Amino acid sequence: MDFYLTALLQGLCFSALALGIFISMKIFNIPDITTDGSYTLGAVVTATMITHNQHSYLVLPAVVLAGGVAGGLTGIIHTKLKINALLAGILVMTALYSVNLSIMGTSNIPLNGLPSVFTLVQISDNLNHNTFWIVIFFVLVVAAIIGYLLKSDFGLAMRATGNSESMIRALGVDTDRMKIIGLSLANALTAVSGYLISQYQGFTDISMGIGIVIAGLGSVIIAETLINWFRITSVWLSLGLVLLGAIIFQMVLAITLDIGVDPNLLKLVTAGFVLVIVSLPRLNFRRTS
Amino acid sequence: MITFSNIHKTYNPGKPNQVNAVNGITLDIKDQEFLVIVGSNGSGKTTLLDMVAGSVLPTSGSITIDGGDVTRLRDYQRSKWIARVFQNPLSGTASELSILDNFRLAAIRTRSKGLGIGINDTFKNQVKEKISTLGLGLENKIYQQMGTLSGGQRQALTLLMSVMDSCKVLLLDEPTAALDPRSADVVMRTADELIRDYRLTSILITHNLKDAFTYGNRIILMGEGQVKKDISADDKKNLKQADLFDWFS
Repeated sequence: MDFYLTALLQGLCFSALALGIFISMKIFNIPDITTDGSYTLGAVVTATMITHNQHSYLVLPAVVLAGGVAGGLTGIIHTKLKINALLAGILVMTALYSVNLSIMGTSNIPLNGLPSVFTLVQISDNLNHNTFWIVIFFVLVVAAIIGYLLKSDFGLAMRATGNSESMIRALGVDTDRMKIIGLSLANALTAVSGYLISQYQGFTDISMGIGIVIAGLGSVIIAETLINWFRITSVWLSLGLVLLGAIIFQMVLAITLDIGVDPNLLKLVTAGFVLVIVSLPRLNFRRTS
Repeated sequence: MITFSNIHKTYNPGKPNQVNAVNGITLDIKDQEFLVIVGSNGSGKTTLLDMVAGSVLPTSGSITIDGGDVTRLRDYQRSKWIARVFQNPLSGTASELSILDNFRLAAIRTRSKGLGIGINDTFKNQVKEKISTLGLGLENKIYQQMGTLSGGQRQALTLLMSVMDSCKVLLLDEPTAALDPRSADVVMRTADELIRDYRLTSILITHNLKDAFTYGNRIILMGEGQVKKDISADDKKNLKQADLFDWFS
């Protein structure tokens, strides 16, 4: 059972990343893969600051700032230099690998035994339960902030930017600026996932971000399938489904490992799983029409 | 209200595919004038309108709106004066947002979009009341996504959205081109009413010569990026519909 609790906790840690992908992909319609780099960046900043005995209340703002800057750079390259969003993301992601390595000075930093966000408050004696309550609180606060943001006038302008650029420009919104802010926000959220995961698993590794964008994409696609299925238009429900998507995604991976699939094949299974969820709605559609 | 002095617009200058879309137009559009622009495809009508809106910037010349020089201002910076209805109904509204959300954004066109939540009961009632004037029965569907509506309904709503916030200039770029005759009629009559009620200065581009004849108080014919004919209000009254057809023959 602990095995599945671990998957649940990982899912919760990844839900910030899923929200980030939701913002870049669903709200702004921009395929952003800065994610791999900004996720690691979040973890790297966390590990470096913790091992240098920085106050824990400084770590999170620093992580958010670092992720935000990374996303902002992708946004500037995409909008101001008119470079394809995918390429802009790849460029920043590639550059971040070196940046991350320079910040760390080594390819792996263990965090075992050091104070972390999960040892900040003692709610339960069981470490996993304690982690659960802290991470739940964390995720709900993040989701509440994003939910409120999307409901505000600024959020409406964000949603319209990804939906009808000509319309929102005619209504007085600088769409370039909006996209830069959006990508900044998305990658700040991604970095927060790096922050949570590195402290949860007790180390930061330079390669931990490789292919992580698929975890976010998978979660968002699960959520999207459900959103389309139940014709959901509410912002709050959509965000809730994205969080659920992140958890389902990790659960599926856990089940895969539990039934004895070779861990080396995990990325293959992941890719296959995402393919299945993407194609399911289309297959259904063909049969009914 | 809007002046153009010696405006030129060249696309792809110096390249084999260079296009001189607008060649030295000087135009003075007075306050509350309703200008209709007709002309064949490629005559520079849309480029001219885009330059008023700011989505295309001129190669040379200067543009003023309400007495101020706006030549280098981008479209989103000109929204404090200008509201716009596009040829494509999808361009003027956001499909995945509800009618209400679309109206909220339109209601703050001239202001910055802050972190407050602007949709409250007063606003909802205000929107319902506005929409009911269309008589399309949409006032009970304000939570519905814009994408579920027809092109005609969306164009009519886009028109209403333009007067949700203070507006001086209304730009209509072939607003009925994608619509069936009945919807087109609703949209054109709504536009005409709003222009009168709110005393707007407006520019209409159309290929429909009947509309060009019926609406507006000044008409210009464009060709090769220049103004070929300019018929003022008094002369337009004496203009016959057949004369308009002759322009194109």
